Amino acid sequence: MTEAALRATPTTEFEGRSLWADARRRFARNRAAMASLVIVLLVTVACILAPWISPHPYDAVDWDRMLAPPDWQAGYYFGTDANGRDLFVRTLYGGQVSLSIAAVATLVSLAIGVIWGAVAGFVGGRIDAAMMRIVDILYALPFVFFVILLTVIFTRNFLLMYVAIGAVSWLDMARIVRGQTLSLKRKEFVEAAEAGGVSRFNILRRHIIPNTLGPVVIYMTLTIPQVILIESFVSFLGLGVQEPSASWGTMINEGANVMEIAPWALLYPATVLVATLIALNFVGDGLRDALDPKDR
Amino acid sequence: MLTYALKRLLGAIPTLFVIIAITFVMIRMAPGGPFDKERRVSPQVEANLNAAYHLDEPLLAQFGRYLGGLLRGDFGPSFQYKDFTVTELILGGFPTSLMIGGIAMAIALVLGIGLGMLAALRQNSAVDYAAMGFTMLGIAVPNFVVAPLLTLVFGLTLRWLPVGGWGAGAFSPAHMVLPILALALPQLAAIARLTRGSMIEVLGSNYVRTARAKGLPERITLTRHAIKATLPPLVSYLGPATAGIITGSIIVEQIFGIPGIGRYFVQAALNRDYTLVMGVTIFYGALIILLNLVADLLYGVLDPKVRYD
Repeated sequence: MTEAALRATPTTEFEGRSLWADARRRFARNRAAMASLVIVLLVTVACILAPWISPHPYDAVDWDRMLAPPDWQAGYYFGTDANGRDLFVRTLYGGQVSLSIAAVATLVSLAIGVIWGAVAGFVGGRIDAAMMRIVDILYALPFVFFVILLTVIFTRNFLLMYVAIGAVSWLDMARIVRGQTLSLKRKEFVEAAEAGGVSRFNILRRHIIPNTLGPVVIYMTLTIPQVILIESFVSFLGLGVQEPSASWGTMINEGANVMEIAPWALLYPATVLVATLIALNFVGDGLRDALDPKDR
Repeated sequence: MLTYALKRLLGAIPTLFVIIAITFVMIRMAPGGPFDKERRVSPQVEANLNAAYHLDEPLLAQFGRYLGGLLRGDFGPSFQYKDFTVTELILGGFPTSLMIGGIAMAIALVLGIGLGMLAALRQNSAVDYAAMGFTMLGIAVPNFVVAPLLTLVFGLTLRWLPVGGWGAGAFSPAHMVLPILALALPQLAAIARLTRGSMIEVLGSNYVRTARAKGLPERITLTRHAIKATLPPLVSYLGPATAGIITGSIIVEQIFGIPGIGRYFVQAALNRDYTLVMGVTIFYGALIILLNLVADLLYGVLDPKVRYD
């Protein structure tokens, strides 16, 4: 054994650590994941604090600067768009919209997916087969067409629109939770609870669902970038968020239209979107490595 | 295997029915109708239009009429393109979409598998890290960012390639390069990552070790043993990859002005062109189902452990 390996062996093993403490340590040692987490937090905080960071309101028109390049002295850090509005504050404001939509949709998909998967796995038998058959059928649907149709239906209420997107993106979550539940329900502690007369609902609530948390958290972090991507996709097509509001998708669309004369209008929002997506993916991968030691 | 294929085809019927039913309900839920114009038409004209397209019947009767038409292979008339049936529009646009998407898929497969294998064979080397960094970008950077960026670099700055516009009949291979690249990149990245993971697993397996231990040349170990075992996960990715290319084609056809099916869909949804929306959804839904079936059958050919029952 090398010296390094000897040093790596903890000497106070008998302290005992919980799964989560262990995971936190592993995650903290993963430099890419930690850096990504910092990026995600920075972007989030900057988006929330947007009104205080920039001197310009997101919809204020500066008639003297249309498609002006970045100018740090005047506070136009990313330049202005075709209507003379500050791109920096619009990017942050668009981030608010994109991130909050992602949060709402992810929570909806989380709630449906966990409950659906846990019930199917725990009840088993014919109900399980029927519920999973439904998942299979929904899985075969051309997803993006339904997303576009949903946005057309809910044009006037974009919050509802993204609740709906969350409501169609829970399928993977349901499958993962069901798989977990199937293996959990044969564990001794569930048997013990059954022997102790705990009701089936309480077993599900107290013993099964909390124990699926690891994979659920991992999958949740990977759902967030997917939803951001869907939202930007729809907004890019001009179907999602409407003027004077912005989201990263609408800004990239507007930027692409003027990129020949004002490339910054495309490059800055696109960079922020891509950086956030990559960082979220790295955080998800890091969580998977940290929470699922078997998978390393 | 034939019985299995038939069984799966029959199993696709309920799925297809659900697609049809959900799309029908959803497009009818959207506010507005196909004949809403900026200037309101007189009630009499509107009533006549609705009667001509059977929109005045109860929904269930309309649904039944539509299903009946489908059974005869009739997708109905388009509401927006007045002189065309939906079948004509789909058959007119599909060759273009298929060509762009097919070439993109072929490029993604060949380069993706090559890149993934290269990375797996040089695991943890600079080549591997560079390849994985590139694929991370490929996955995270969506089509609608890649397409404008490619245009900006190769079309507007370097002026190597035309920016877009299929032109009035002026169709050249140069016009196809950027759209195909934009479509292929994300799939290429995903396929490279899959291949790398699968190949690393295969290279660590006992039979590859045995082949190496008995002194088989590396080239033969790879071609005879490793590569074939690497493929099954890729085959199951065929369905999702097709879905990804179709999704991308909606964006790419829009950006580059390509007269394919993807471009119709967004317009049709906005114009409430009920039959065109349904036709495109059903067509692509059936295509994805079919490709998933092909993938499952191929999987069985490649992996003899799979039994059809």
